[in-house]
Amino acid sequence: MKINSPLEAYKFLPATNCGECGEATCMAFAAHLIDRSHKLTDCKPILEAKFKKKYEELDALLAPEIREVEIGVGDKIAKIGGDDVLYRHKLTFFNQTQFAYDVSDTMDEKDLVERVNYIQDFKKFYVGNFLTVDMIAVRCTSGDPAKFAAAVKKVMETTDLPLILCSFDPAVLKAGLEVSKDRNPLLYAANKDNWKEVGELALEYDVPVTLFAPDDLDMLKTLAKTFAEMGTEKLVLDPGTFPTGKQLKQTFTNFIKVRRAGIDGDREIAYPIMAVPFTAWMAHDDPVSASYWETVVASVFTIKYGDIMILHSTEPYAMLPELHIRDTIYTDPRKPVTVDPGMYKVGEPTADSPVLVTTNFALTYYTVESDIASNKIDCFLWAIDTDGIGVEAAVAGGQLTAEKIKKGIEDSGFDMKKDTTHNTIVIPGLSARLQGDVEDATGCNVMVGPADSGRIPGWMEKNWPPQKK
Amino acid sequence: MTKKMKLSQLSDILQDLDVESLEGVTIEGDIELNITGGGGLNPALAYALGNEISQISLHMANIGRMLGFPAEQLFASAFGLGEMPQPEALPTSPKIQELLASKFEVAKVDNWKNPIQEVTLGATSGDGGSRKSTVTIGGENALPYYFDAEMPHRNYVTMDVFDMPIGMAKAVKGNYEDVINDPAEWAKKVVRDFNADMVTIHLISTDPLINDTPAKEAAKVVEDVLQAVDVPIVIGGSGNPEKDPEVLEKAAEVAEGERVLLASASLNLDYERIAKAAMDYGHNVLSWTQLEINAQKELNRKLMKQCNVPRERIVMDPTTAALGYGLDYAYTNMERIRLAGLMGDDELTFPMSSGTTNAWGAREAWMVSSPLNQDSDWGPREYRGPIWEIVTGLALSLAGNDMFMMMHPTSVQVLKEITQTLYGSIESEEIDITNWVGAEV
Repeated sequence: MKINSPLEAYKFLPATNCGECGEATCMAFAAHLIDRSHKLTDCKPILEAKFKKKYEELDALLAPEIREVEIGVGDKIAKIGGDDVLYRHKLTFFNQTQFAYDVSDTMDEKDLVERVNYIQDFKKFYVGNFLTVDMIAVRCTSGDPAKFAAAVKKVMETTDLPLILCSFDPAVLKAGLEVSKDRNPLLYAANKDNWKEVGELALEYDVPVTLFAPDDLDMLKTLAKTFAEMGTEKLVLDPGTFPTGKQLKQTFTNFIKVRRAGIDGDREIAYPIMAVPFTAWMAHDDPVSASYWETVVASVFTIKYGDIMILHSTEPYAMLPELHIRDTIYTDPRKPVTVDPGMYKVGEPTADSPVLVTTNFALTYYTVESDIASNKIDCFLWAIDTDGIGVEAAVAGGQLTAEKIKKGIEDSGFDMKKDTTHNTIVIPGLSARLQGDVEDATGCNVMVGPADSGRIPGWMEKNWPPQKK
Repeated sequence: MTKKMKLSQLSDILQDLDVESLEGVTIEGDIELNITGGGGLNPALAYALGNEISQISLHMANIGRMLGFPAEQLFASAFGLGEMPQPEALPTSPKIQELLASKFEVAKVDNWKNPIQEVTLGATSGDGGSRKSTVTIGGENALPYYFDAEMPHRNYVTMDVFDMPIGMAKAVKGNYEDVINDPAEWAKKVVRDFNADMVTIHLISTDPLINDTPAKEAAKVVEDVLQAVDVPIVIGGSGNPEKDPEVLEKAAEVAEGERVLLASASLNLDYERIAKAAMDYGHNVLSWTQLEINAQKELNRKLMKQCNVPRERIVMDPTTAALGYGLDYAYTNMERIRLAGLMGDDELTFPMSSGTTNAWGAREAWMVSSPLNQDSDWGPREYRGPIWEIVTGLALSLAGNDMFMMMHPTSVQVLKEITQTLYGSIESEEIDITNWVGAEV
């Protein structure tokens, strides 16, 4: 965006402090516009006709440097791009990288349906939510428009996930569009040879389109400029993803350059970027090596500016790290990573229920909590204030000590002797060395739980209730 | 103002008026078209002239359209073309027949002016040690692998060796069962078989809560490892803040002159003793803090100002959290540290080291299957574990980390492959991706 202080945005607002946006003042609202936690349309008064000019001016000033492009329709609509910074700590990255997994039009129909179902059903629980993947890229390997259209149709019957239609043949793309035009698919791709025809398709069907210029940034920018002139800015840039050696290094350089130019204000190239880690499969024959290398390339370009990518391996050992590295990079660094220290009841604990201790690092806390809750164990769980540091590091760094545990329990007004029948605290396995200290400090029995909370259920079966001494 | 000019000149000028350059252009005064000859021209010249004039009128009409005037309608009615079917293209986008050339340019970053300190690990016989080779890290003038400035040194991997058998993920353990009771053999194995650039000997048995091995005895193990391998080494304590200073002092003494990396000085132990041991016996210090940039500054400052550790003997470990377990924090912490260093913060211009092995603490790396039945199948853990370590390390390499402490041989191999590819030292056959869409996989 072109402005960076709330004052600059405030000038354009009605300044009535009406509160309709949920903020007490227009200045507060302006601050949220700058950190992009509110949209300008949240301000109802500025949408009135008399403010039209101010609205338009401010809207232009607030527009993200990298254009936002939408793919798909309805609930599953995917937004890509929209970034304003090169480093996540400067604000946050918006619109996480969209992962599209490929199918081809020469696949056996049963295999195709099975693969699409696997992709759309894949999920991994993490901090209160499921991580999932996003899109299907249909590749034309037959060269036959009718076959391609049939495959696209089959995919659409199987899933609502957004689609990428992949071919360099305009006739094939047109056939695919004819069946999928209501789904707003992404076209892949226009290049220096087919740009005229593919560009016309993008305009005719009003769908987003990828521009492909392998290792040729002048051509990439030329295509982008030409398409903008033709009348569409729903563009995605593919500078080519070369899978190995010096070519991969050059690919890395190209991604950095394109994004830097866009953030620096070169509007002609300020579009979302596509990476194609799929090409790892052109360099490796062995599927494990190919999956590994594809995951590595995907990780590099999830971190460095890929907004959407096409992948092939659906092995869990590829998808799980891909999902997690994406979450890593797109987690808003401004959000707190701690939970409030104190006592939490999981299920419906009684005086016989165990008392467990963990840290107030949000991730640790939620992991422990979900492991306990999903196994229907009733207990008292303490989040000890470790400044948001996990168990192992907090023990090493002195943020999790016997005194902290004692204080944590006492501060919540809980009396181990009165409120439990067992006077026993279970500490995390990774803090085993604190056992004696905690016994001394609290006067309670202290048991050492498992090192991973996923093993709490098994541990409970063996160790709970504790033997009377 | 009136100006006479030739038609072709005018046409040339207008030729250059693409939409971009039109913005803000004002056409002032009259343009007099001074056409001589008229009807008496020979047909060829008349045709050429007619062509010029028509081209001009087209450009003018285009300008008119950009200004919002529906010039095409004017043309249509003037020439009686109103009834002709309109082409499909959008009314505001004239069909473009040729690509509009545009040149890509981007500036280098201009505020990365401060180079990262170079630190050499290990000493050869010429420098009072017995290592066959040394490792130098740091020296960067840009973020890793960026085109702004060449990266002077590649990334290095030091592999973990422990002075006693420890609990390990199954996928890791399989590689070390034969050497688990012999740190010297273990060290040999990682260098010989797994391509380790360096070896880290962790003296964990010294922890009073584990075996409480005396410092002197632990130092023996360090001697054995120095004998067994000729690469530079890192010496780690047990992490016990009371015991570590003594353990590292004794270890530093027996390794005198070898320029090892003592791991670690931290704010929660007597860092002065670690620093002094490093100075007395010619070693480097690992400055370890926990995910807190200001604590890192503070410790580095204390090491430099209070303990007089020279800059070329400090490496930082700002803490590595595993993928999915705080890597977002660790990544950004390192990236901020490196950017601050490059932009001139002298308290942060040191090379960095990552305890990448921490990745194995993630349950995704070692558990047989997900503890939650709603999850999709996690697949075989023998493939899941190494990639967890790789992606953890790879992310930090992009944040500026120089040296990796690692555990699994496959992880080491793949991490080296990708970091050296980005560094630019890996040659491979060129692959033509022009038609990747049709690839058979």
